[in-house]
Amino acid sequence: MTAALEAKQLNKSFGSVVAARDISVIVNRSERLGLIGTNGAGKTTFVNIVTGYIKPDTGTVRLEGRDITGHTPRSITRAGVCRSFQVPQLFLTLTTAQSLAVAFGIADGRAFSPGASIDAEMEGKVENLLERFRLIDYRNRMVAELPGGVRKLIDIAIAVTRKPKVLLLDEPTSGVAVEEKFALMDIVMSALDSDVTVLFVEHDMDIVSRYAQRVLAFYDGKIIADDLPETVFANQTVRTFITGTAN
Amino acid sequence: MELVTTILIDGLIDASWIFIVAVGLTLIFGVLNILNIAHGNFYAIGAYAAANAVGVYYSGAGASMPMLGLVAMTVAALVVAIVLGPLLERGLFRFFYHRDEIVLVLVTYALFLILEDATKLIWGVNPYYAYEPYGLFGTVSIGKLDYVGYDFFLIGMAIVIGILLWLGLNRTRSGKVVLAVIHDREMSSAAGVNVTKIFVISFTIGVFLAALGGAFTAPKISVQPGLAVMVVLFSFAVAVIGGLGSIEGAAIASLLVGIARALAIHLAPWAELFIVYLAMALMLAVRPQGIFSPTALRKI
Amino acid sequence: MLSRLMVWLLAGVTLAILVALGEVLPSWCVFLLVTAAAKGLAALGLVLVIRTGLLSFGQGLFYCAGGYGAGLLMLWGGITDMTLLVLAGGAVALLFGLLTAPLLASYRGIFFATLTLALSMLMHGALTKADFLGGSDGLNLHSPTLFGLRPASAAEAVHMLYLFSSVLVVAVAVACRRHFDSLRGLLSLATRDNEIRVEYLGASVSRVISENFVAAAFLGGVGGALNAIAVGHIDPELAFWTTSGEFVFVAILSGYLSVAAVFASSILLELIRSFSSQYFPNAWQMSLGIFMLASILFLPNGIGGLIVRRKACDPGKDPA
Repeated sequence: MTAALEAKQLNKSFGSVVAARDISVIVNRSERLGLIGTNGAGKTTFVNIVTGYIKPDTGTVRLEGRDITGHTPRSITRAGVCRSFQVPQLFLTLTTAQSLAVAFGIADGRAFSPGASIDAEMEGKVENLLERFRLIDYRNRMVAELPGGVRKLIDIAIAVTRKPKVLLLDEPTSGVAVEEKFALMDIVMSALDSDVTVLFVEHDMDIVSRYAQRVLAFYDGKIIADDLPETVFANQTVRTFITGTAN
Repeated sequence: MELVTTILIDGLIDASWIFIVAVGLTLIFGVLNILNIAHGNFYAIGAYAAANAVGVYYSGAGASMPMLGLVAMTVAALVVAIVLGPLLERGLFRFFYHRDEIVLVLVTYALFLILEDATKLIWGVNPYYAYEPYGLFGTVSIGKLDYVGYDFFLIGMAIVIGILLWLGLNRTRSGKVVLAVIHDREMSSAAGVNVTKIFVISFTIGVFLAALGGAFTAPKISVQPGLAVMVVLFSFAVAVIGGLGSIEGAAIASLLVGIARALAIHLAPWAELFIVYLAMALMLAVRPQGIFSPTALRKI
Repeated sequence: MLSRLMVWLLAGVTLAILVALGEVLPSWCVFLLVTAAAKGLAALGLVLVIRTGLLSFGQGLFYCAGGYGAGLLMLWGGITDMTLLVLAGGAVALLFGLLTAPLLASYRGIFFATLTLALSMLMHGALTKADFLGGSDGLNLHSPTLFGLRPASAAEAVHMLYLFSSVLVVAVAVACRRHFDSLRGLLSLATRDNEIRVEYLGASVSRVISENFVAAAFLGGVGGALNAIAVGHIDPELAFWTTSGEFVFVAILSGYLSVAAVFASSILLELIRSFSSQYFPNAWQMSLGIFMLASILFLPNGIGGLIVRRKACDPGKDPA
């Protein structure tokens, strides 16, 4: 069976800084992967290469066998890789419902047909997604007015309108109050379709243990561990460089 | 060969006043990030003020000390700058710094509209003449042609201003602080630079340069409504071609524009009007940051 | 957001009111409304561009192209029918739009504004020196006709033009309102708010901007053609940057939320201009400037923000 996502020997340097060294990963369909590592370890570079924000110096990225290395973010998104952002990238003057409608409109192409309005079918899809992400109360509120945690949910909901094959979440709980982190991840994970492959970058190890089936640990541009969460957290190198020895 | 000399000299003469005005525009953009559509108005007001000063001076003490008329013109430009500079920067522009940079362009456009009429209301619509200084330097013969000495004085003035600006920015402490603000405003502010003071001073200098350009061009033209509209375009073109915020760029671009216009006038009159905009459009299309660009590229 | 039925209803009522006004208002007033309609159409085009987050200082390019397109068709082609002339003007401007959009679509902010200004001034410069097109004096046009009907008097001519403009404006307004409320309209606003997000959803920002820009060009041309027919004259001044500035004034005053506000602002502009040319000819630009400053300061969403109730939000200064 073709892997959902396969990265092969990705290398990327920014001047003298090596951000990615021979990164190779095979991710299978519907896996839930946590990416951990200190800042500058290479996880963000990996996410950026996969989503097309930067081109790798060498190496390939394949989505279900199809080569997407170095393609534009737009092209990669259309192929089926969607992402959310560490700082939510939203349409601040639109309402939550309108944001989702635009996303759906782009996904099915109707946002480029003259005169295509938000019909009953689209309203249905918007309502459905609003419900799954517990955003019904914010349906007609302008996004600029909404608090951080809600914005994170909207960012992820927008990313999911395209029914992606692979979903990358960049620090979904960063900036969210500690008490709310689990609630947010609960909502997100239960809102997603079961066959979506999810990679999420996280600093909070409790979140990672709870929601990841597999963990990739990054350090100095390399993947130093790739296994079940318990195994990775027990790994000596991981404990030294990422989680700290007191565990 | 003669044609080449003529074109070069005409171009140089044109380039002088264009440089004086455009360097002010580019300085204002570099430091304050304001694309000042009202810049031409400062030029016009400088011209009117100088015309007034010349009128007063030469009917009084000036008859015996004609050269000092130049000082009178400079003082006029200075007064314009000191009155308008701080007033506009502190009293108008600063309320919009937190908004999108395009909003400031709109504010300067509104200011342009207001100043256009303010100028008419203060000085009327009839032309003013300030021809006395124009004869101060006699004529200069180059080859078969005679040039007015005043025009060469202008060239000298432009060169001196360019050098003074360059020295001021690159060799004095305060100048280097200004360069730092041009390069990276946030960083400079974080490093403790009094950005407000730099803003007011830089803007005032920019206004002064525009007014100076107007003041010293006044003896060559009839000072009447409509000056601002054309001048602002030329300064824009030069500032964009040279790279917004770059003094050196403004100097080179002024030369290019001056010579391009001279070329057009002598060889292809049909292109006289649009050669400047063609150069501007081409530069934007090919290298939007201009010849030199001290500020980060804000194309996208 | 208005329902389809409401839009058509409003359109019908507006048209009825306009026709009625045409019967009672004096001729100079009716003429003013026609020129306001022409400028309003061009400004509406600019609003389309503003809705994608860009400011053009060169809408005059298309206004001029439309004017010359219509004018030359009349003088050289012998066509006098208003409908054909206006369509022709729009088509010529559309062509220019298609030619310039690919270049412009990769520019933003100040650079986009300056490039549009440069292109418009290029046309101005070219036309000024083009003697066969009238040079800086321009060309005078003949009287227009409508569906074969030739007006018997000057007053009747203005009236006919007015009826034509009213229908044109209402039709365009309905189309634009539908566009604003459609998914495409939303996508334009989304592009203005966050281009990155739009790209990462799989849509081409370049395409959104280009399509809006070309539509704006068409509207600019239609407005320019209408103006040419009404005034009976075309000259390079139509492409001068101050003409574009007038459209900027209207668009900033009206905001980008309401179509009606655009035409209301355009009428205001024409009123200020004609009123002041009578009483204070050297202060009308100043009035415009003051209006504009007031609008920027107190009505960030323009007059339209008052009509279409929506809280002002400047994404540029949002801390998140």
